[in-house]
Amino acid sequence: MKARLANPGPLRRFANLLYRRPNLYLTLLLIPPLTWFGAIYLGSLLNLLWQGFYTFDDFTMAVTPDLTLGNFAALFNPSNFDIILRTLGMAVAVSLASAVLAFPIAYYMARYTSGKTKAFFYIAVMMPMWASYIVKTYAWTLLLAKGGVAQWFVQLLHLDGLLQALLTVPGIGGSTLSTSHLGRFMVFVYIWLPFMILPIQASLERLPPSLLQASADLGARPGQTFWQVTLPLSIPGIAAGSIFTFSLTLGDFIVPQLVGPPGYFIGSMVYAQQGAIGNMPMAAAFTLVPIVLIALYLSLVKRLGAFDAL
Amino acid sequence: MGLRLAAWGGLLFLHFPILIIVLYAFNTEDAAFSFPPKGFTLKWFTVAFARPDVLEAIKLSLQVACLATLIALVLGTLASAALYRRSFFGKEGISLMLILPIALPGIITGIALLSAFKRLGIEPGLFTIVVGHATFCVVIVYNNVIARLRRTSQSLIEASMDLGADGWQTFRYIILPNLGSALLAGGMLAFALSFDEIIVTTFTAGHERTLPIWLLNQLSRPRDVPVTNVVAMLVMLVTMLPILGAYYLTRGGESVAGSGK
Repeated sequence: MKARLANPGPLRRFANLLYRRPNLYLTLLLIPPLTWFGAIYLGSLLNLLWQGFYTFDDFTMAVTPDLTLGNFAALFNPSNFDIILRTLGMAVAVSLASAVLAFPIAYYMARYTSGKTKAFFYIAVMMPMWASYIVKTYAWTLLLAKGGVAQWFVQLLHLDGLLQALLTVPGIGGSTLSTSHLGRFMVFVYIWLPFMILPIQASLERLPPSLLQASADLGARPGQTFWQVTLPLSIPGIAAGSIFTFSLTLGDFIVPQLVGPPGYFIGSMVYAQQGAIGNMPMAAAFTLVPIVLIALYLSLVKRLGAFDAL
Repeated sequence: MGLRLAAWGGLLFLHFPILIIVLYAFNTEDAAFSFPPKGFTLKWFTVAFARPDVLEAIKLSLQVACLATLIALVLGTLASAALYRRSFFGKEGISLMLILPIALPGIITGIALLSAFKRLGIEPGLFTIVVGHATFCVVIVYNNVIARLRRTSQSLIEASMDLGADGWQTFRYIILPNLGSALLAGGMLAFALSFDEIIVTTFTAGHERTLPIWLLNQLSRPRDVPVTNVVAMLVMLVTMLPILGAYYLTRGGESVAGSGK
């Protein structure tokens, strides 16, 4: 025993050294993750942004390292700007619709369930959230296909006329459900809905019941309490959820490719530019659009208290 | 009453497409999606598992997910051990950087990695897929482990040190057993995330085909519909089951040893 204390093994000496030198310990802990993220992740992000300044020659299809702002200026061409507006419009619409659909579920979870039922709801929302993204998209192509489940339901409820009328509305419709804006919108809402439910539910959970009692004591009807107390206090949750629905829709390129009418989204444009066209500088310039839009959106929802509700 | 209906209706909406996938995996038809299905069979499972391209894709996806999870476990645990107690300059920046790969759209991570690999002359393949996956899996492990570290009582560690254990022994016998289930839960979630990932993978995979990429190829050029249906159900199961596992492992936060302070 004495011998061990007098002459500790190398492992113990090393452990003691780390204990006496907390800064050394911290540095050793941080070196591997920081190297990985700094070199691989941030390095490639900066490299990508830098490539946005390179020149792409339309005739030789070659990229030369001559710096230019032309790629970023080209984002404001009518055809490119249309893509940005189309994607942005879809992201806003999907976020709004998800919030409206998610709220009742989150409200019911937070206020009317407890114990086992609450756990059941929680898992029932988490499972579809984590279930494979590509399989969920595939499921919707099956649902919306000709002769598929959606059509069967529509016929069962004798709503064919209504569906046809909806599909003729410009900006929403299309020739069939699976090639319409409406179909694409439904798939997006379905896939990102759980990301909206959970933050709203968490913000409603945190709402102290005493506030609602106080509101009732002061003579508010349940409806008034809901509109003037519950809803305003759940705004941070809605804003937090909308970060996910907004940014995930903005960068998606698989759903627009599989469901909905032709026409590029930001994501599919980036994909086409770097792949088929080989114009990496333009692709890099396009990736700046979602980064800027998301940064703007984050600064907006930060004011609504979204970061405290994450 | 209306609220209750809306809530349960919402749950049904969330699960309906998943049920459809399960239903169609047993469908007897081999080209159409007619509903209701005409009949049920197990035949397509044998067909799917005899296909070399499906087996290759499964093997690659498993390899990628295992390697990415392993890297994420190491890096995520180190990062959470560094960040959970001490505050120092740049701490906020580091935690933001860890979250960035899942906060920014996957397409940005994917194309950034692709352009970096191209510039460095690295041939896309298993290695590049794993690098991409590990990068966004770290935050999953990090979140699970740091939550557990924050709940673990400091007095346990002090007691261990008072009783003469050194830093390593305290880690080995006190901290690690406490972290065990959090590491397992984080690892399972990271595995599921990696197994299913498609957006980053389309950029970093080169000619390799993971299972989600195999599925995407099938969707753009529908050929073997029954095999696709079976594979879709398989991928769904592999990504959903870890959720249940992770939930049961991290549930009951109050029962962590020493949390009574």
